Amino acid sequence: MRSERARLATAGARATVAATLGNQPRRDVVLNAVFAGLLLLAVLVALAGLAALLLQALVRGAPALSTDLFTNVPSTLRPETAGFRPAILGSLELIAGVIVFVVPIGIGAAIYLEEYADSSKWWNRAIEVNIQNLAAVPSIIYGILGLAFVVRGPLDLGFVLVAGSLTLALLVLPIVIIAAREAIRAVPDSIRQGSLALGATRWQTIRRQVLPASIPGIATGVILAVSRALGEAAPLLLVGATVFVTFDPTPFGDGYSAMPVQIFNYAVRPQEEFQTLAFAGVIVMLVVLLAMNSFAIWLRNRYEQRW
Amino acid sequence: MNARTGAGAVGDLSRRLQAPGPRYGEKFIQGLLALCAVLSVLTTTVIVLSLLGPTIGFFEIVPASEFFFEVDWTPQFEPPSFGVLAIVAGTLNVALWAMLFAIPIGLGAAIYLSEYATPRVRRTVKPVLEILAGIPTVAIGIFAVTFILPEIIQPLWPGELLGGVEKPFMALAASLGIGLMVVPIIASISEDAMSAVPRGLREGAYAMGATRMKVATRVVFPAALSGIVASVVLAISRAVGETMIVLIAGGSTPNATFLPNESIQAMTAYIAVTATGDISTGSIDYKSVFAVGAVLFLLTLAMNLLSIRLVRKYREVYE
Repeated sequence: MRSERARLATAGARATVAATLGNQPRRDVVLNAVFAGLLLLAVLVALAGLAALLLQALVRGAPALSTDLFTNVPSTLRPETAGFRPAILGSLELIAGVIVFVVPIGIGAAIYLEEYADSSKWWNRAIEVNIQNLAAVPSIIYGILGLAFVVRGPLDLGFVLVAGSLTLALLVLPIVIIAAREAIRAVPDSIRQGSLALGATRWQTIRRQVLPASIPGIATGVILAVSRALGEAAPLLLVGATVFVTFDPTPFGDGYSAMPVQIFNYAVRPQEEFQTLAFAGVIVMLVVLLAMNSFAIWLRNRYEQRW
Repeated sequence: MNARTGAGAVGDLSRRLQAPGPRYGEKFIQGLLALCAVLSVLTTTVIVLSLLGPTIGFFEIVPASEFFFEVDWTPQFEPPSFGVLAIVAGTLNVALWAMLFAIPIGLGAAIYLSEYATPRVRRTVKPVLEILAGIPTVAIGIFAVTFILPEIIQPLWPGELLGGVEKPFMALAASLGIGLMVVPIIASISEDAMSAVPRGLREGAYAMGATRMKVATRVVFPAALSGIVASVVLAISRAVGETMIVLIAGGSTPNATFLPNESIQAMTAYIAVTATGDISTGSIDYKSVFAVGAVLFLLTLAMNLLSIRLVRKYREVYE
């Protein structure tokens, strides 16, 4: 029930606002509209690029989509029976290796940097800058490292799957460390102080209070790191993910392959059928990666703690 | 008597607050964790060492003046020529056009999401854009060569005026692919920086009668500049280091040009082509891979350090 008086007051206020703010120069108002349109256009271009990429893969790869992709081995001669079986198994084994290397070392490094390191000491700051830089070193450089240090040189493993795993692990280690640090940093100090005040040691505090509270964040980081490793082809080209492997790869056996490398190899062949196979492979990878990333986002939102 | 009891109580208390033993386990665990952190430094050391040896070997055969100042990169010819500028130009060519595409799109998206979009639009669009960052680069490379080139560049190219585009490979196709890849990097980091600008600054400007555009360009943008510049530098570093897209879409013709409609070869593509398969360890080709790798590493290192420094030094701390 609005009284006459209130209506008058509202009208007066509105008139005052219009008088003081409504006379923005016409040029500014027009410019603002144009600017907003351009910004919206930028968003739409980016979204259209994404949509076009997904749709094109779907349309071009659909004819080759069947369970044969998962059971058949690659072939240079008969694209109609060629598949991805060794590449899929190779990727799974590579990823298993990456997780084994990266989870303990990444979390350990993050705990040290967040819980123990005194960031006023120059060596701890150097470690931090170093990790930030490593996260942006081109992936092909890790391939060179793998070639010179793991495949040949000091470790001298040869072109085996474990060498690929190690190379990818070093590549994604900084991602895991950075994500785990953020998750650990988000646990408030009062939790630590409460634990210490009750007589827990530093490590007991970390193991029983800090780590359980930061596991969702750490898991999100690990999933994102694994999905990055899964899609990476360039370093594997250098450490021996040879392409026509028609047998199931073993960790130390000679020769292995991986999904992105196999897709690359089909894609650069001129025949239409191989291109279709490459697109089918892209669909398989995109489905897996999107599922992993959505799971990571869900995990973050579901278990994110507000202190 | 009373004083003694008091002293005794204090003594008891302080004794109880001390650890019952030296706790070697705690020290051991701390050492173990420190070792994990040191491993990351070791990675950098190993990268530098791996690059250094063969690079020195390379310069024993090829004079540095040829490597740094010649513009012919023809390792397969007899006699071979190793003028790295040809493939450095290839990399910079792709990165330049990629940035001309990605900076306006990425910043536009960032400003839109931070200043114009409703919270709901922002919550949906930002993760969708970030999907782009997670797409394997081999898929983007294929997209560049089978869609961007034939469906977008060739129909829209302004005719014979600027030279033909009937080539199967073109720097521009790789550029647009890479541009698409780095748009979410620029948009996401810049949007974070702009969202961190306190509301008070915006409201002050609105109270003075500024339009949204004025607020975005004159208040928010300058306040978030360090984060924005860092995102762009990081994006350039990614563009320079990207391999699969330039390998699939850029061609394999070392070509010291900045024209977008030429076939080129980027440094990363040279490494990926040459070091694949059983290349013999002592050969000049093998060593050249490491020399090119060293140039690439130093180039990206400089940009990464600049980006890290910018974020640290100019981070505005409000409140």
